[in-house]
Amino acid sequence: MSNQPLLRLADLTKSFGGVMAVNRVSFDVDSGSIVGLIGPNGAGKTTVFNLITGNYRPDKGEILFDGQSIATMRTHRIVSLGIARTFQTIRLFPNMSALENVLAGCHCRMRSGVIGSMLRLPWQKREERQALETAVAELSFVGLRQQLDQVARNLSYGNQRLLEIARALATRPRFLILDEPAGGMNDYETQVLVDLILQIRDRGITVLLIEHDMNLVMKICDNLVVLEYGILIAQGTPEEIRTDQRVIDAYLGAPDADGDEDF
Amino acid sequence: MKPATLLNVCIVAVLLIAPIWLNAYWVEVLNSIGIYAILALSLNVILGYAGLFHMGHAAFFAIGAYTTAILNTQMGIPVLWLMPVSGLFAGLFALLVARPIIHLRGDYLLIVTIGIVEIVRIALVNNVFGLTGGANGIFGISRPVLFGYVIRTSHDFYYLIFAFAAVTVLLFRRLENSRFGRALQYIREDDVAAEGSGINTAHYKLVAFILGAFWAGMVGTIFASKMTIISPQSFTFWESVIMFTIVILGGSGSIRGVLLGAFLIIGLPEIFREFADTRMLVFGAAMVLMMIFRPRGLLPPSPRTYTLNLPPQSRQAGP
Repeated sequence: MSNQPLLRLADLTKSFGGVMAVNRVSFDVDSGSIVGLIGPNGAGKTTVFNLITGNYRPDKGEILFDGQSIATMRTHRIVSLGIARTFQTIRLFPNMSALENVLAGCHCRMRSGVIGSMLRLPWQKREERQALETAVAELSFVGLRQQLDQVARNLSYGNQRLLEIARALATRPRFLILDEPAGGMNDYETQVLVDLILQIRDRGITVLLIEHDMNLVMKICDNLVVLEYGILIAQGTPEEIRTDQRVIDAYLGAPDADGDEDF
Repeated sequence: MKPATLLNVCIVAVLLIAPIWLNAYWVEVLNSIGIYAILALSLNVILGYAGLFHMGHAAFFAIGAYTTAILNTQMGIPVLWLMPVSGLFAGLFALLVARPIIHLRGDYLLIVTIGIVEIVRIALVNNVFGLTGGANGIFGISRPVLFGYVIRTSHDFYYLIFAFAAVTVLLFRRLENSRFGRALQYIREDDVAAEGSGINTAHYKLVAFILGAFWAGMVGTIFASKMTIISPQSFTFWESVIMFTIVILGGSGSIRGVLLGAFLIIGLPEIFREFADTRMLVFGAAMVLMMIFRPRGLLPPSPRTYTLNLPPQSRQAGP
Protein backbone atom coordinates (compact mmCIF):
# COMPACT_ATOMS: atom_id res chain seq x y z
CA MET A 1 0.00 0.00 0.00
CA SER A 2 1.12 3.54 -0.66
CA ASN A 3 1.10 6.10 2.11
CA GLN A 4 -2.35 7.39 1.28
CA PRO A 5 -4.63 7.39 4.34
CA LEU A 6 -7.16 4.59 4.75
CA LEU A 7 -9.95 7.10 5.27
CA ARG A 8 -10.00 10.71 4.17
CA LEU A 9 -12.76 13.18 4.97
CA ALA A 10 -12.57 16.36 2.91
CA ASP A 11 -14.73 19.42 3.62
CA LEU A 12 -17.51 17.24 4.93
CA THR A 13 -20.69 19.23 5.57
CA LYS A 14 -24.13 18.19 6.79
CA SER A 15 -26.94 20.35 8.09
CA PHE A 16 -30.33 19.45 9.53
CA GLY A 17 -32.73 22.29 8.88
CA GLY A 18 -30.82 25.35 10.01
CA VAL A 19 -28.38 23.48 12.24
CA MET A 20 -24.89 22.86 10.89
CA ALA A 21 -24.28 19.45 12.43
CA VAL A 22 -20.98 18.97 10.61
CA ASN A 23 -19.28 21.98 9.07
CA ARG A 24 -16.39 21.56 6.62
CA VAL A 25 -14.66 18.82 8.57
CA SER A 26 -11.52 17.33 7.07
CA PHE A 27 -9.25 14.74 8.59
CA ASP A 28 -7.36 11.59 7.67
CA VAL A 29 -7.17 8.25 9.39
CA ASP A 30 -3.98 6.30 8.75
CA SER A 31 -4.06 2.58 8.27
CA GLY A 32 -3.31 0.61 11.42
CA SER A 33 -3.95 3.42 13.87
CA ILE A 34 -6.51 4.05 16.59
CA VAL A 35 -8.10 7.46 16.23
CA GLY A 36 -10.45 9.04 18.76
CA LEU A 37 -13.17 11.51 17.81
CA ILE A 38 -13.99 13.62 20.84
CA GLY A 39 -15.93 16.72 21.70
CA PRO A 40 -18.75 17.93 23.93
CA ASN A 41 -22.27 16.56 23.54
CA GLY A 42 -23.92 17.71 20.33
CA ALA A 43 -20.63 18.45 18.61
CA GLY A 44 -21.54 16.32 15.60
CA LYS A 45 -19.43 13.24 16.31
CA THR A 46 -22.15 10.67 15.69
CA THR A 47 -23.22 12.59 12.58
CA VAL A 48 -19.70 12.16 11.21
CA PHE A 49 -20.02 8.41 11.86
CA ASN A 50 -23.40 8.27 10.17
CA LEU A 51 -21.94 10.07 7.16
CA ILE A 52 -19.04 7.63 6.88
CA THR A 53 -21.30 4.59 7.13
CA GLY A 54 -23.82 5.88 4.62
CA ASN A 55 -26.71 6.39 7.04
CA TYR A 56 -26.68 10.05 5.98
CA ARG A 57 -25.67 11.65 2.71
CA PRO A 58 -23.30 14.63 3.03
CA ASP A 59 -24.53 17.99 1.73
CA LYS A 60 -21.03 18.77 0.55
CA GLY A 61 -17.62 17.23 0.76
CA GLU A 62 -16.03 13.92 0.01
CA ILE A 63 -15.34 10.68 1.86
CA LEU A 64 -12.59 8.53 0.43
CA PHE A 65 -12.04 5.00 1.72
CA ASP A 66 -8.83 3.51 0.39
CA GLY A 67 -8.96 6.08 -2.41
CA GLN A 68 -12.55 5.27 -3.39
CA SER A 69 -15.42 7.69 -2.91
CA ILE A 70 -18.10 6.28 -0.61
CA ALA A 71 -20.08 9.47 0.05
CA THR A 72 -23.15 8.39 -1.90
CA MET A 73 -22.98 4.63 -1.37
CA ARG A 74 -25.61 2.69 0.52
CA THR A 75 -24.68 1.30 3.91
CA HIS A 76 -24.51 -2.39 3.01
CA ARG A 77 -22.11 -1.64 0.12
CA ILE A 78 -19.87 0.32 2.47
CA VAL A 79 -19.87 -2.61 4.89
CA SER A 80 -18.85 -4.99 2.14
CA LEU A 81 -15.98 -2.65 1.23
CA GLY A 82 -14.68 -3.16 4.77
CA ILE A 83 -16.14 -0.53 7.11
CA ALA A 84 -18.05 -1.89 10.11
CA ARG A 85 -19.62 -0.03 13.00
CA THR A 86 -21.32 -0.28 16.35
CA PHE A 87 -24.11 1.99 17.51
CA GLN A 88 -24.23 4.46 20.38
CA THR A 89 -27.63 3.14 21.40
CA ILE A 90 -27.07 -0.59 21.15
CA ARG A 91 -28.82 -2.02 18.12
CA LEU A 92 -28.71 -5.79 18.33
CA PHE A 93 -31.36 -8.20 17.08
CA PRO A 94 -32.90 -8.51 20.55
CA ASN A 95 -34.88 -11.74 20.15
CA MET A 96 -32.15 -13.70 18.41
CA SER A 97 -29.27 -15.59 19.98
CA ALA A 98 -25.80 -14.13 20.34
CA LEU A 99 -24.60 -16.57 17.68
CA GLU A 100 -27.27 -15.46 15.21
CA ASN A 101 -26.43 -11.84 15.88
CA VAL A 102 -22.84 -12.47 14.87
CA LEU A 103 -23.95 -14.53 11.85
CA ALA A 104 -25.59 -11.32 10.60
CA GLY A 105 -22.10 -9.93 10.19
CA CYS A 106 -21.01 -12.98 8.18
CA HIS A 107 -23.86 -12.35 5.73
CA CYS A 108 -21.97 -9.96 3.44
CA ARG A 109 -19.14 -12.48 2.99
CA MET A 110 -21.52 -15.23 1.92
CA ARG A 111 -23.17 -15.77 -1.45
CA SER A 112 -25.91 -18.41 -1.22
CA GLY A 113 -29.38 -17.31 -2.26
CA VAL A 114 -32.93 -18.62 -2.32
CA ILE A 115 -32.47 -21.54 -4.71
CA GLY A 116 -29.17 -22.73 -3.27
CA SER A 117 -30.72 -22.77 0.19
CA MET A 118 -33.89 -24.55 -0.90
CA LEU A 119 -31.88 -27.29 -2.60
CA ARG A 120 -29.19 -27.45 0.12
CA LEU A 121 -26.40 -27.60 -2.43
CA PRO A 122 -23.05 -28.86 -1.12
CA TRP A 123 -21.30 -25.50 -1.39
CA GLN A 124 -24.17 -23.85 0.43
CA LYS A 125 -23.75 -26.26 3.35
CA ARG A 126 -19.99 -25.67 3.37
CA GLU A 127 -20.56 -21.92 3.40
CA GLU A 128 -22.98 -22.21 6.33
CA ARG A 129 -20.41 -24.26 8.27
CA GLN A 130 -17.67 -21.72 7.59
CA ALA A 131 -19.94 -18.86 8.69
CA LEU A 132 -20.69 -20.68 11.93
CA GLU A 133 -16.98 -21.17 12.54
CA THR A 134 -16.29 -17.47 11.94
CA ALA A 135 -19.16 -16.47 14.23
CA VAL A 136 -17.97 -18.70 17.06
CA ALA A 137 -14.40 -17.47 16.59
CA GLU A 138 -15.49 -13.84 16.88
CA LEU A 139 -17.64 -14.59 19.90
CA SER A 140 -14.61 -16.23 21.53
CA PHE A 141 -12.49 -13.24 20.57
CA VAL A 142 -14.70 -10.82 22.51
CA GLY A 143 -15.13 -13.33 25.33
CA LEU A 144 -18.75 -14.36 24.77
CA ARG A 145 -18.14 -17.97 23.77
CA GLN A 146 -20.12 -19.21 26.78
CA GLN A 147 -23.11 -16.98 25.99
CA LEU A 148 -23.57 -17.98 22.35
CA ASP A 149 -26.99 -19.57 22.92
CA GLN A 150 -28.36 -16.70 24.95
CA VAL A 151 -30.92 -14.36 23.49
CA ALA A 152 -29.30 -10.96 22.93
CA ARG A 153 -31.73 -8.99 25.07
CA ASN A 154 -30.89 -11.13 28.12
CA LEU A 155 -27.19 -10.24 28.00
CA SER A 156 -25.78 -7.64 30.37
CA TYR A 157 -25.27 -4.14 29.03
CA GLY A 158 -21.51 -4.53 28.74
CA ASN A 159 -21.87 -7.89 27.01
CA GLN A 160 -24.34 -6.42 24.56
CA ARG A 161 -21.70 -3.87 23.58
CA LEU A 162 -19.15 -6.67 23.13
CA LEU A 163 -21.65 -8.61 21.03
CA GLU A 164 -22.08 -5.62 18.75
CA ILE A 165 -18.31 -5.52 18.30
CA ALA A 166 -18.27 -9.25 17.49
CA ARG A 167 -21.01 -8.73 14.90
CA ALA A 168 -19.02 -5.88 13.34
CA LEU A 169 -15.83 -7.97 13.29
CA ALA A 170 -17.65 -10.83 11.56
CA THR A 171 -18.03 -8.61 8.48
CA ARG A 172 -14.21 -8.87 8.18
CA PRO A 173 -13.66 -5.12 8.24
CA ARG A 174 -10.47 -3.19 7.57
CA PHE A 175 -11.89 -0.21 9.39
CA LEU A 176 -13.97 -0.37 12.56
CA ILE A 177 -16.05 2.49 13.90
CA LEU A 178 -17.02 2.33 17.57
CA ASP A 179 -19.60 4.78 18.90
CA GLU A 180 -19.06 5.13 22.66
CA PRO A 181 -17.99 1.53 23.21
CA ALA A 182 -17.43 2.05 26.96
CA GLY A 183 -20.79 3.76 27.52
CA GLY A 184 -22.47 2.19 30.54
CA MET A 185 -19.53 -0.09 31.33
CA ASN A 186 -17.98 -0.40 34.80
CA ASP A 187 -14.23 0.00 35.39
CA TYR A 188 -13.44 -3.69 35.00
CA GLU A 189 -15.45 -3.99 31.78
CA THR A 190 -13.76 -0.87 30.43
CA GLN A 191 -10.34 -2.37 31.11
CA VAL A 192 -11.34 -5.54 29.22
CA LEU A 193 -12.56 -3.31 26.39
CA VAL A 194 -9.24 -1.43 26.22
CA ASP A 195 -7.39 -4.73 25.81
CA LEU A 196 -9.90 -5.81 23.19
CA ILE A 197 -9.51 -2.64 21.12
CA LEU A 198 -5.73 -3.02 21.19
CA GLN A 199 -6.09 -6.64 20.05
CA ILE A 200 -8.37 -5.51 17.23
CA ARG A 201 -5.70 -3.03 16.16
CA ASP A 202 -3.13 -5.84 16.29
CA ARG A 203 -5.29 -7.81 13.86
CA GLY A 204 -4.57 -5.02 11.36
CA ILE A 205 -7.92 -3.31 11.73
CA THR A 206 -7.93 0.48 11.87
CA VAL A 207 -10.17 1.84 14.63
CA LEU A 208 -12.06 5.14 14.83
CA LEU A 209 -13.95 5.68 18.06
CA ILE A 210 -16.10 8.20 19.86
CA GLU A 211 -15.65 8.06 23.59
CA HIS A 212 -16.29 10.28 26.58
CA ASP A 213 -14.04 8.33 28.92
CA MET A 214 -10.92 10.49 28.59
CA ASN A 215 -8.68 8.03 30.42
CA LEU A 216 -9.51 5.40 27.84
CA VAL A 217 -9.08 7.80 24.93
CA MET A 218 -5.73 9.13 26.15
CA LYS A 219 -4.46 5.62 26.83
CA ILE A 220 -5.19 3.91 23.52
CA CYS A 221 -5.53 6.52 20.77
CA ASP A 222 -2.62 7.36 18.48
CA ASN A 223 -4.41 10.47 17.28
CA LEU A 224 -7.34 12.56 18.38
CA VAL A 225 -9.76 14.74 16.43
CA VAL A 226 -11.78 17.30 18.41
CA LEU A 227 -15.12 18.68 17.22
CA GLU A 228 -17.16 21.51 18.67
CA TYR A 229 -20.43 22.74 17.15
CA GLY A 230 -19.70 20.72 14.02
CA ILE A 231 -16.32 22.36 13.47
CA LEU A 232 -12.98 20.63 13.79
CA ILE A 233 -11.09 22.65 16.40
CA ALA A 234 -8.00 20.55 16.94
CA GLN A 235 -6.24 17.36 15.96
CA GLY A 236 -3.04 15.72 17.05
CA THR A 237 -1.56 13.24 19.48
CA PRO A 238 -3.16 12.89 22.93
CA GLU A 239 -0.31 14.95 24.47
CA GLU A 240 -0.90 17.81 22.04
CA ILE A 241 -4.65 17.75 22.61
CA ARG A 242 -4.28 17.65 26.39
CA THR A 243 -2.53 21.03 26.36
CA ASP A 244 -4.46 22.64 23.50
CA GLN A 245 -6.09 25.81 24.84
CA ARG A 246 -9.09 25.67 22.45
CA VAL A 247 -9.87 22.13 23.52
CA ILE A 248 -9.66 23.03 27.20
CA ASP A 249 -11.99 25.97 26.59
CA ALA A 250 -14.43 23.83 24.64
CA TYR A 251 -14.66 21.27 27.41
CA LEU A 252 -14.61 23.61 30.38
CA GLY A 253 -16.49 26.52 28.87
CA ALA A 254 -15.08 29.74 30.35
CA PRO A 255 -11.55 29.20 31.71
CA ASP A 256 -12.71 29.76 35.30
CA ALA A 257 -15.86 27.65 35.07
CA ASP A 258 -16.23 24.78 37.48
CA GLY A 259 -16.29 22.00 34.95
CA ASP A 260 -17.23 18.58 36.20
CA GLU A 261 -16.23 16.72 33.05
CA ASP A 262 -13.64 14.06 33.65
CA PHE A 263 -11.16 15.81 31.40
CA MET B 1 -37.16 -41.13 17.00
CA LYS B 2 -37.74 -37.84 18.77
CA PRO B 3 -41.32 -37.12 19.97
CA ALA B 4 -41.67 -34.15 17.61
CA THR B 5 -40.64 -36.24 14.60
CA LEU B 6 -42.99 -39.01 15.67
CA LEU B 7 -45.85 -36.54 15.91
CA ASN B 8 -45.06 -35.17 12.44
CA VAL B 9 -45.00 -38.68 10.95
CA CYS B 10 -48.35 -39.49 12.58
CA ILE B 11 -49.95 -36.31 11.27
CA VAL B 12 -48.68 -36.95 7.75
CA ALA B 13 -49.87 -40.58 7.89
CA VAL B 14 -53.34 -39.56 9.08
CA LEU B 15 -53.58 -36.91 6.36
CA LEU B 16 -52.52 -39.46 3.74
CA ILE B 17 -55.17 -42.01 4.56
CA ALA B 18 -57.94 -39.74 5.86
CA PRO B 19 -59.71 -39.26 2.49
CA ILE B 20 -60.44 -43.00 2.32
CA TRP B 21 -63.14 -42.60 4.99
CA LEU B 22 -64.26 -39.10 4.16
CA ASN B 23 -66.99 -38.15 1.74
CA ALA B 24 -66.48 -35.58 -1.01
CA TYR B 25 -67.75 -32.73 1.14
CA TRP B 26 -65.16 -33.17 3.86
CA VAL B 27 -62.41 -33.78 1.33
CA GLU B 28 -63.37 -30.45 -0.23
CA VAL B 29 -63.03 -28.83 3.19
CA LEU B 30 -59.55 -30.35 3.49
CA ASN B 31 -58.71 -29.13 -0.03
CA SER B 32 -59.76 -25.66 0.94
CA ILE B 33 -57.62 -25.85 4.08
CA GLY B 34 -54.69 -27.06 1.99
CA ILE B 35 -54.98 -24.22 -0.53
CA TYR B 36 -55.19 -21.62 2.22
CA ALA B 37 -52.33 -23.29 4.06
CA ILE B 38 -50.00 -22.96 1.05
CA LEU B 39 -51.17 -19.40 0.42
CA ALA B 40 -50.55 -18.53 4.05
CA LEU B 41 -47.12 -20.19 3.94
CA SER B 42 -46.22 -18.01 0.97
CA LEU B 43 -47.53 -14.92 2.78
CA ASN B 44 -45.52 -16.03 5.81
CA VAL B 45 -42.31 -15.35 3.87
CA ILE B 46 -43.30 -11.70 3.56
CA LEU B 47 -45.31 -11.12 6.73
CA GLY B 48 -43.79 -13.66 9.08
CA TYR B 49 -40.09 -13.74 8.26
CA ALA B 50 -39.53 -10.22 6.94
CA GLY B 51 -42.24 -8.62 9.10
CA LEU B 52 -43.68 -6.62 6.20
CA PHE B 53 -47.37 -5.87 6.76
CA HIS B 54 -48.72 -7.05 3.46
CA MET B 55 -52.49 -7.38 3.21
CA GLY B 56 -52.81 -7.70 -0.54
CA HIS B 57 -51.71 -11.28 -1.06
CA ALA B 58 -54.92 -12.20 -2.89
CA ALA B 59 -53.67 -9.98 -5.75
CA PHE B 60 -50.75 -12.34 -6.44
CA PHE B 61 -53.05 -15.36 -6.10
CA ALA B 62 -55.38 -13.72 -8.64
CA ILE B 63 -52.58 -12.99 -11.12
CA GLY B 64 -51.53 -16.65 -10.99
CA ALA B 65 -55.06 -17.98 -11.40
CA TYR B 66 -55.86 -15.63 -14.28
CA THR B 67 -52.55 -16.35 -16.03
CA THR B 68 -53.42 -20.04 -15.96
CA ALA B 69 -57.01 -19.43 -17.03
CA ILE B 70 -56.12 -17.17 -19.94
CA LEU B 71 -53.21 -19.20 -21.30
CA ASN B 72 -55.08 -22.48 -20.89
CA THR B 73 -58.40 -21.42 -22.43
CA GLN B 74 -56.92 -19.33 -25.26
CA MET B 75 -53.80 -21.27 -26.19
CA GLY B 76 -54.58 -24.71 -24.81
CA ILE B 77 -51.39 -25.06 -22.81
CA PRO B 78 -51.69 -27.93 -20.26
CA VAL B 79 -52.44 -26.67 -16.78
CA LEU B 80 -49.51 -28.20 -14.90
CA TRP B 81 -47.02 -26.63 -17.32
CA LEU B 82 -48.58 -23.31 -16.47
CA MET B 83 -47.73 -23.59 -12.79
CA PRO B 84 -44.22 -22.08 -13.06
CA VAL B 85 -45.45 -19.63 -15.71
CA SER B 86 -48.19 -18.36 -13.40
CA GLY B 87 -45.67 -18.13 -10.60
CA LEU B 88 -43.37 -16.07 -12.82
CA PHE B 89 -46.14 -13.70 -13.83
CA ALA B 90 -47.20 -13.21 -10.21
CA GLY B 91 -43.55 -12.69 -9.22
CA LEU B 92 -43.04 -10.16 -12.00
CA PHE B 93 -46.18 -8.33 -10.92
CA ALA B 94 -44.86 -8.29 -7.33
CA LEU B 95 -41.56 -6.88 -8.56
CA LEU B 96 -43.34 -4.05 -10.38
CA VAL B 97 -45.73 -3.08 -7.59
CA ALA B 98 -43.46 -3.70 -4.59
CA ARG B 99 -40.39 -1.90 -5.99
CA PRO B 100 -41.73 1.63 -5.38
CA ILE B 101 -43.28 0.86 -1.97
CA ILE B 102 -40.60 -1.34 -0.44
CA HIS B 103 -39.23 1.40 1.82
CA LEU B 104 -42.61 1.97 3.49
CA ARG B 105 -42.95 0.83 7.06
CA GLY B 106 -45.68 -0.98 9.00
CA ASP B 107 -49.10 0.55 8.65
CA TYR B 108 -48.16 2.63 5.60
CA LEU B 109 -47.23 -0.49 3.67
CA LEU B 110 -50.44 -2.14 4.87
CA ILE B 111 -52.59 0.60 3.38
CA VAL B 112 -50.82 0.53 0.02
CA THR B 113 -51.08 -3.26 -0.25
CA ILE B 114 -54.82 -3.06 0.44
CA GLY B 115 -54.92 -0.63 -2.49
CA ILE B 116 -53.08 -3.12 -4.69
CA VAL B 117 -55.51 -5.97 -4.10
CA GLU B 118 -58.48 -3.68 -4.78
CA ILE B 119 -56.92 -2.33 -7.98
CA VAL B 120 -56.33 -5.86 -9.23
CA ARG B 121 -59.91 -6.93 -8.44
CA ILE B 122 -61.41 -3.87 -10.11
CA ALA B 123 -59.15 -4.30 -13.12
CA LEU B 124 -60.37 -7.89 -13.45
CA VAL B 125 -64.03 -6.80 -13.17
CA ASN B 126 -63.46 -4.15 -15.84
CA ASN B 127 -62.11 -6.78 -18.22
CA VAL B 128 -58.65 -5.29 -18.79
CA PHE B 129 -57.23 -5.88 -22.30
CA GLY B 130 -60.43 -7.85 -22.99
CA LEU B 131 -58.76 -10.91 -21.48
CA THR B 132 -60.26 -11.41 -18.03
CA GLY B 133 -63.92 -11.85 -18.90
CA GLY B 134 -65.14 -9.09 -16.59
CA ALA B 135 -67.38 -9.88 -13.63
CA ASN B 136 -68.30 -13.29 -15.07
CA GLY B 137 -64.70 -14.39 -15.13
CA ILE B 138 -63.29 -17.20 -17.22
CA PHE B 139 -64.76 -20.68 -17.52
CA GLY B 140 -63.74 -23.92 -19.15
CA ILE B 141 -60.28 -24.22 -17.61
CA SER B 142 -58.94 -27.75 -18.13
CA ARG B 143 -58.15 -30.27 -15.43
CA PRO B 144 -54.53 -31.04 -14.70
CA VAL B 145 -53.18 -34.17 -16.35
CA LEU B 146 -50.38 -36.07 -14.65
CA PHE B 147 -48.76 -38.86 -16.71
CA GLY B 148 -51.95 -39.32 -18.70
CA TYR B 149 -54.18 -39.41 -15.58
CA VAL B 150 -56.74 -36.63 -15.40
CA ILE B 151 -57.02 -35.14 -11.93
CA ARG B 152 -60.74 -34.61 -11.58
CA THR B 153 -62.41 -35.65 -8.34
CA SER B 154 -62.08 -34.01 -4.95
CA HIS B 155 -60.01 -36.98 -3.83
CA ASP B 156 -57.62 -36.58 -6.78
CA PHE B 157 -57.17 -32.90 -6.01
CA TYR B 158 -56.64 -33.69 -2.36
CA TYR B 159 -53.47 -35.61 -3.17
CA LEU B 160 -52.24 -32.97 -5.63
CA ILE B 161 -52.70 -30.21 -3.04
CA PHE B 162 -51.25 -32.38 -0.30
CA ALA B 163 -48.13 -33.10 -2.38
CA PHE B 164 -47.65 -29.43 -3.22
CA ALA B 165 -48.11 -28.45 0.42
CA ALA B 166 -45.55 -31.05 1.49
CA VAL B 167 -42.99 -29.78 -1.03
CA THR B 168 -43.70 -26.21 0.11
CA VAL B 169 -43.16 -27.06 3.77
CA LEU B 170 -39.93 -28.90 2.98
CA LEU B 171 -38.46 -26.11 0.86
CA PHE B 172 -39.56 -23.28 3.14
CA ARG B 173 -38.16 -25.08 6.18
CA ARG B 174 -34.78 -25.15 4.49
CA LEU B 175 -35.12 -21.54 3.49
CA GLU B 176 -35.94 -20.56 7.06
CA ASN B 177 -32.60 -21.96 8.24
CA SER B 178 -30.46 -20.29 5.64
CA ARG B 179 -28.64 -17.06 4.94
CA PHE B 180 -31.77 -15.80 3.17
CA GLY B 181 -34.14 -16.73 5.99
CA ARG B 182 -31.92 -15.17 8.60
CA ALA B 183 -31.54 -11.99 6.55
CA LEU B 184 -35.32 -11.57 6.53
CA GLN B 185 -35.48 -12.09 10.28
CA TYR B 186 -32.72 -9.54 10.89
CA ILE B 187 -34.75 -7.06 8.85
CA ARG B 188 -37.83 -7.78 10.95
CA GLU B 189 -35.88 -7.35 14.20
CA ASP B 190 -34.07 -4.12 13.30
CA ASP B 191 -33.93 -2.69 9.81
CA VAL B 192 -31.12 -0.20 10.50
CA ALA B 193 -28.93 -2.71 12.31
CA ALA B 194 -29.44 -5.21 9.48
CA GLU B 195 -28.32 -2.69 6.86
CA GLY B 196 -25.43 -1.71 9.13
CA SER B 197 -24.37 -5.36 9.34
CA GLY B 198 -24.03 -5.48 5.58
CA ILE B 199 -27.46 -6.77 4.53
CA ASN B 200 -29.02 -5.19 1.46
CA THR B 201 -32.37 -4.66 3.15
CA ALA B 202 -34.25 -3.22 0.16
CA HIS B 203 -33.14 -6.13 -2.01
CA TYR B 204 -34.14 -8.79 0.51
CA LYS B 205 -37.55 -7.24 1.15
CA LEU B 206 -38.17 -7.23 -2.58
CA VAL B 207 -37.04 -10.85 -2.97
CA ALA B 208 -39.37 -11.83 -0.11
CA PHE B 209 -42.26 -10.22 -1.99
CA ILE B 210 -41.32 -11.90 -5.27
CA LEU B 211 -40.91 -15.33 -3.68
CA GLY B 212 -44.21 -15.05 -1.79
CA ALA B 213 -45.96 -13.91 -4.96
CA PHE B 214 -44.38 -16.68 -7.03
CA TRP B 215 -45.74 -19.29 -4.65
CA ALA B 216 -49.18 -17.69 -4.44
CA GLY B 217 -49.24 -17.61 -8.25
CA MET B 218 -48.58 -21.36 -8.39
CA VAL B 219 -51.42 -21.96 -5.93
CA GLY B 220 -53.51 -19.87 -8.33
CA THR B 221 -52.92 -22.51 -11.02
CA ILE B 222 -54.18 -25.31 -8.80
CA PHE B 223 -57.17 -23.23 -7.74
CA ALA B 224 -58.11 -22.33 -11.33
CA SER B 225 -57.91 -25.92 -12.56
CA LYS B 226 -59.81 -27.21 -9.53
CA MET B 227 -62.69 -24.72 -9.95
CA THR B 228 -62.52 -24.71 -13.80
CA ILE B 229 -64.21 -21.32 -13.51
CA ILE B 230 -62.76 -18.27 -11.85
CA SER B 231 -64.13 -14.81 -11.30
CA PRO B 232 -63.00 -11.66 -9.46
CA GLN B 233 -65.17 -12.62 -6.47
CA SER B 234 -62.62 -15.24 -5.47
CA PHE B 235 -59.87 -12.64 -5.03
CA THR B 236 -61.34 -9.96 -2.83
CA PHE B 237 -59.74 -8.00 -0.02
CA TRP B 238 -61.47 -10.39 2.38
CA GLU B 239 -59.35 -13.28 1.04
CA SER B 240 -56.24 -11.26 1.86
CA VAL B 241 -57.56 -10.67 5.36
CA ILE B 242 -58.11 -14.40 5.88
CA MET B 243 -54.53 -15.21 4.80
CA PHE B 244 -53.20 -12.43 7.01
CA THR B 245 -55.21 -13.73 9.96
CA ILE B 246 -54.00 -17.30 9.46
CA VAL B 247 -50.37 -16.16 9.67
CA ILE B 248 -50.82 -13.85 12.67
CA LEU B 249 -53.09 -16.19 14.61
CA GLY B 250 -51.06 -19.32 13.93
CA GLY B 251 -47.74 -17.69 14.73
CA SER B 252 -45.98 -15.45 12.25
CA GLY B 253 -42.68 -16.84 11.08
CA SER B 254 -43.60 -20.36 12.18
CA ILE B 255 -44.47 -23.01 9.60
CA ARG B 256 -46.21 -25.24 12.17
CA GLY B 257 -48.15 -22.25 13.40
CA VAL B 258 -49.31 -21.26 9.93
CA LEU B 259 -50.47 -24.81 9.19
CA LEU B 260 -52.41 -24.94 12.46
CA GLY B 261 -53.84 -21.50 11.73
CA ALA B 262 -55.15 -22.69 8.35
CA PHE B 263 -56.81 -25.71 9.99
CA LEU B 264 -58.49 -23.54 12.61
CA ILE B 265 -59.57 -20.61 10.49
CA ILE B 266 -60.77 -22.57 7.45
CA GLY B 267 -61.70 -25.85 9.15
CA LEU B 268 -63.48 -24.79 12.34
CA PRO B 269 -66.22 -22.72 10.67
CA GLU B 270 -67.09 -25.80 8.58
CA ILE B 271 -67.18 -28.10 11.61
CA PHE B 272 -69.46 -25.70 13.47
CA ARG B 273 -71.65 -25.00 10.49
CA GLU B 274 -74.87 -25.81 12.38
CA PHE B 275 -74.23 -22.82 14.63
CA ALA B 276 -74.07 -20.65 11.55
CA ASP B 277 -75.54 -17.60 13.25
CA THR B 278 -73.22 -17.44 16.20
CA ARG B 279 -70.00 -18.96 14.87
CA MET B 280 -68.58 -15.67 13.61
CA LEU B 281 -69.25 -14.12 17.00
CA VAL B 282 -67.42 -16.92 18.78
CA PHE B 283 -64.68 -16.74 16.20
CA GLY B 284 -64.23 -13.02 16.75
CA ALA B 285 -64.16 -13.40 20.52
CA ALA B 286 -61.61 -16.20 20.22
CA MET B 287 -59.37 -13.95 18.13
CA VAL B 288 -59.53 -11.12 20.64
CA LEU B 289 -58.65 -13.47 23.50
CA MET B 290 -55.82 -14.97 21.46
CA MET B 291 -54.24 -11.60 20.82
CA ILE B 292 -54.40 -10.80 24.53
CA PHE B 293 -53.06 -14.09 25.86
CA ARG B 294 -50.86 -15.33 23.02
CA PRO B 295 -49.80 -12.24 21.08
CA ARG B 296 -47.11 -14.12 19.18
CA GLY B 297 -49.63 -16.65 17.84
CA LEU B 298 -50.65 -20.17 18.84
CA LEU B 299 -47.37 -21.80 17.86
CA PRO B 300 -44.67 -19.12 17.72
CA PRO B 301 -41.43 -20.02 15.92
CA SER B 302 -39.03 -22.07 18.01
CA PRO B 303 -35.42 -20.88 18.07
CA ARG B 304 -33.16 -22.28 15.39
CA THR B 305 -30.59 -24.82 16.43
CA TYR B 306 -27.11 -24.94 15.06
CA THR B 307 -24.79 -27.92 15.15
CA LEU B 308 -21.40 -26.76 16.22
CA ASN B 309 -18.61 -29.28 16.07
CA LEU B 310 -15.78 -27.03 17.06
CA PRO B 311 -12.96 -27.21 19.60
CA PRO B 312 -14.40 -26.22 23.00
CA GLN B 313 -12.37 -23.11 23.75
CA SER B 314 -10.27 -21.10 21.34
CA ARG B 315 -9.32 -17.49 21.89
CA GLN B 316 -7.85 -17.10 18.44
CA ALA B 317 -10.03 -15.55 15.78
CA GLY B 318 -9.47 -15.53 12.04
CA PRO B 319 -7.51 -12.71 10.45
